[in-house]
Order: sequence, then structure tokens, then C-alpha cells
Amino acid sequence: MTARLRKGALPYLLLLPGLGWLVLFFALPLVYMALESLKSGDPFVSGFKLTWEFSNYTNALKDYDQQFIRSFEYAGMATLIALLIGYPLAYVIAFRGGRWRNAMLLLVIVPFFVTYLIRTLSWETILSDSGVVVNTLQAVGILGHDGRLLDTTVSVVAGITYNFLPFMILPLYASLERIDARMLEAGYDLYDRRRDVFLHVTLPLSMPGVVAGVLLTFIPAAGDFINAQLLGTPKQFMIGNVIQSRYLVVNDYPTAAALSFLLMAFSLIIVIVWARIAGTEALLGTEGERK
Amino acid sequence: MTAALRRRGLDWLLNVYALLALVYLLVPIAVIIVFSFNNPVGRFNFIWQEFSVDAWKHPFAVPGVQDALVTSLKIAALSTLIATALGTLTALALVRYEFKGRAPVNFFIFIPLATPEVVLGAALLSQFLNWGSPALGFATILIAHVMFNLSFVVITVRSRLIGFDRALEEAAQDLGATPWQTFRLVTLPLIMPGVLAAGLLAFALSIDDFVITNFNSGSTITFPLFIWGAARVAIQPQIYVIATMIFLVTVAAMIVTVWQQRRAERMAAVRPDEPELSPA
Repeated sequence: MTARLRKGALPYLLLLPGLGWLVLFFALPLVYMALESLKSGDPFVSGFKLTWEFSNYTNALKDYDQQFIRSFEYAGMATLIALLIGYPLAYVIAFRGGRWRNAMLLLVIVPFFVTYLIRTLSWETILSDSGVVVNTLQAVGILGHDGRLLDTTVSVVAGITYNFLPFMILPLYASLERIDARMLEAGYDLYDRRRDVFLHVTLPLSMPGVVAGVLLTFIPAAGDFINAQLLGTPKQFMIGNVIQSRYLVVNDYPTAAALSFLLMAFSLIIVIVWARIAGTEALLGTEGERK
Repeated sequence: MTAALRRRGLDWLLNVYALLALVYLLVPIAVIIVFSFNNPVGRFNFIWQEFSVDAWKHPFAVPGVQDALVTSLKIAALSTLIATALGTLTALALVRYEFKGRAPVNFFIFIPLATPEVVLGAALLSQFLNWGSPALGFATILIAHVMFNLSFVVITVRSRLIGFDRALEEAAQDLGATPWQTFRLVTLPLIMPGVLAAGLLAFALSIDDFVITNFNSGSTITFPLFIWGAARVAIQPQIYVIATMIFLVTVAAMIVTVWQQRRAERMAAVRPDEPELSPA
């Protein structure tokens, strides 16, 4: 009896420390932030008191609608560009990499070996006003005489795209690599043109990778504030910049908390919609587990 | 004939496109390494002046950078140890046992990964401010880093466990090993590459984290926080030197891990008449 009981309790014992940590320092903080978002007052004299101020949400949405829209706009653009850059690269690595496959994959994650902030500073160097890129574009006439790239939408979206590109490529590669070669052969038997094989066989089979890659790129991109801060101006600021400054500079905790929840809600809605499209198994990576 | 020619042209185009994508990924890294040898005029290291090894001779000459780096390394090491241990246990429970609530737990562990970092950081700060303790600093940064590393560790180790051959453990039990001996002598060595990979990932994420740390650091400065502060005032080539050093160490660690993994896979493929274990 006791032996059976212990066996039944074992998985819970194994789970306890890790899950406990996440409950205590991930889930519970969300509760505190929810309470914070419903407080009113000021940071210096009275402090904030819980008054169930639901108008914090409507006010936050009204005051920062531009930054919200910009965040999802920038994240959308960056995700699309990352997909356009990443899909052909993942395709080549998966189907034509040969013995260079692992080396090429390593090159894809090399950017992660350099601190995020320094990667972004590197883009500041590359796009700087008297740098090679700007000079060339000016000489060719694409950019005006005193045209710049730094501090524009272009630089911020370029930075975001770059910083999250590996998150797009790796899942794409994983799903392309898993495609059964026999499926492709059958495709070539069926269709004459390679374009049709790609559209009817390869692309549909790689959809889980597309869905995962889009999600892994879009969610962090929408919440990012580093690129807008270092490569842009307040005109390019995203919702992350507002949350950061409301929390850490102005100490307006209720507004910042409400904004955080709105960002999380929008992100979760996107995840759920995607999960419906893609099926949760591909998303959670739990395929192949004992059922 | 023309169709074959066009096909080859398309092939060539696709390869060139992929190559350009790889170059795009690597150029900023090359810029950092090159500019670590710059001797810049003024406070920012953005314009190439002349080749110099001064910054490499005195990489820690910038006041404060050494302390920041040491703090980052300490937090990365500690948070990696804690997160890898706890995450491995969690992954074992999730893959090896059927229990009530496994599906929700799987989902719960996935949520932090789908939550924007700025939300994770802000929420944790709300809690610490309400609690009033521990004081913002080393301890709160460590707590935060273990939190965001846990999900990554669970997912990495879990993917390794899924391809695991249970027969090897049963063989050990048949030979008279106790459950603990089986775990220590059979299970752990076999999942070690996954655990190592998870640990490496956790270390890299921890040493790189800015957003969540920024919210919970108080007056403690980590290396990314130092750069953030410096980015407004002055960026010395030393910062690029240190980034290059971290880069080289990470590459070396990566190569060792890959080599370890290959060795473990060969070891796992012990039965000669069975096909080799394919990496999950």
C-alpha cells in the first residue's frame, strides 16, 4: 500500500520544486500586477491604494493606442521580413546543406553568442550617418542628400528583424528537415513542375515550423523596447518603451501594470488563435510523449 | 533544354539568397570584432579610425565593467545550476509519469515563453515592491533568472527524454540495480547531453538578459545593464573586446557540447544490430 502510494506521489514530488518556483515567481507576480493595475493615487505623497480603478485600462489604451498599434505594426513587419529571409535559408540548409548542415545551423545561432545590446549597438554602427551603408545609398540616390537610416522606422524594424531572426529560422529548419523524402518523391511523380511540388507538398508539411517561427518572432518583437530605444527616437517608441518608463522612470505603477496586462492579453489572443490554426501539439513541442 | 537551364539558374539564385541571409546574420558580429580593434575619437565607438590593440591590452580599464561582469557570471552560474536541476526533475516527471494534470502543467510551463519579457519583469517587480523584501539586488535578479530559465530547461531536457529507450533502464533493474542506482548510472548519463545543452542555453540566456534584470536589479549592475548605461554616455572599444571574449568562450563551449553529444549518441547506440539513435 505505502509503496503504491509513494509511486503515485513521485511525479508530484519531482514537479514540486520547479513548478513551485514558477507559481511563486511567475504566476503569483501576475496576481500582484493585476492588483497593481487597479490602484489609484500618486507615487510620492499618498502612495497607491487599491480602489478597483478599472478605468486605468481604458485610459491606458486611450493614451497609448499609437504605441500599441506601432508595436504590432513593427512586430508584424519584422516577422514577415524574417519569414522571407528565413524560409529560403532554412530550406537550403535542410535540403542542400549536405555535410555543411550542422556548420550552417551553428552560423544561424552565432548572433546569440553576442550580447543582445551589443548586437543592437553594432547595428547603430552599421547604420550610422557617415557609415558605409548610408553613404552608398546616398551615392546611388535611394537616400536623399542628408537622408538617414538611424532613428527611423527602417532602423528599428531592421534591428528587431535581426535580433529575432534565429527564432524564425530554427523552427522552420526543424519542420523542413523532418519531411519524409518519400513524400517529396511522390510529389515529383505527381506534379510536373517544382513550383507545384513546393506549393502542394513542401509548404503544407512545413506549416508547423512557419506557425512556431511566426509566434516565436512576433511575441518578443511586439514587447521589445531595446531596438526602439537604441535605434530610434520617441517617434518610434513601442509599448515596451512606455511600460519600461512608466514603471522605472515615472513610477506610475498602475498605468504600467495595466499596459503590461493589455500587452499580455493581446499576445495570448494571438497565441490562442495560432494554436487553433496549428494544433497545440506542434506548438507545445509535446509530440511523441506517452499518451 | 531551356527548362533545365532555367531550373539550374533558379537553384543558383536560391543558394545565393541563402548565402546572403547567412552573411546578414554574421555581419554585425564581424563589425563588433573589427571595432574592438578600433581607436575611436570621442566617446562613441561608431566610426572607424585606426587599428589598435590598446583595448585588448586593458580590457577591464573601463571603471565598473569588471564588477558588472563578475556579477553577471555569478548570477549566470547560480541560476544555471538551480534552473537546470529543477527543470530536469520537472522534465522527468512530465515525460516518465502519467499523472492527473499533466496536460495543464505542460501548458503552464509554456506560458512564460509566450509572455513578453517586459511583462515578466514588470510583474515580478510588482510582487517584490508589494512584499517589501527581498531588497532589489543580487537575490531578486537570481530569482528572476531561475524563473525565466526554467521553461527553457524543461523543454530542452524533455525533447531529449522523448527519444529515450526505456529498455536500457529495465535491463539495469533486471541486473539488480536499485531505482537510485539506475537513475545515477544509466538514466543520467544518457540524458546528460540534453541536460548539458539546457545548462548551456540557460547560462547564455542569463548572461545576456537585460529586460527582466532591468526591472529587478535595484542598484546592482550586470554586464548588459552596464552597457545600457554606457550606451547613453560613452561606448569604449573595451566593451566590444569583452563582447568578443564572451563570444569566443561561447563558441568553444558550444563545440565541446556538440562533441559530447556525438559521443553520447555513439555510446547510446550500444546494440550493434539496432539502427543508431537519431537525434530528436
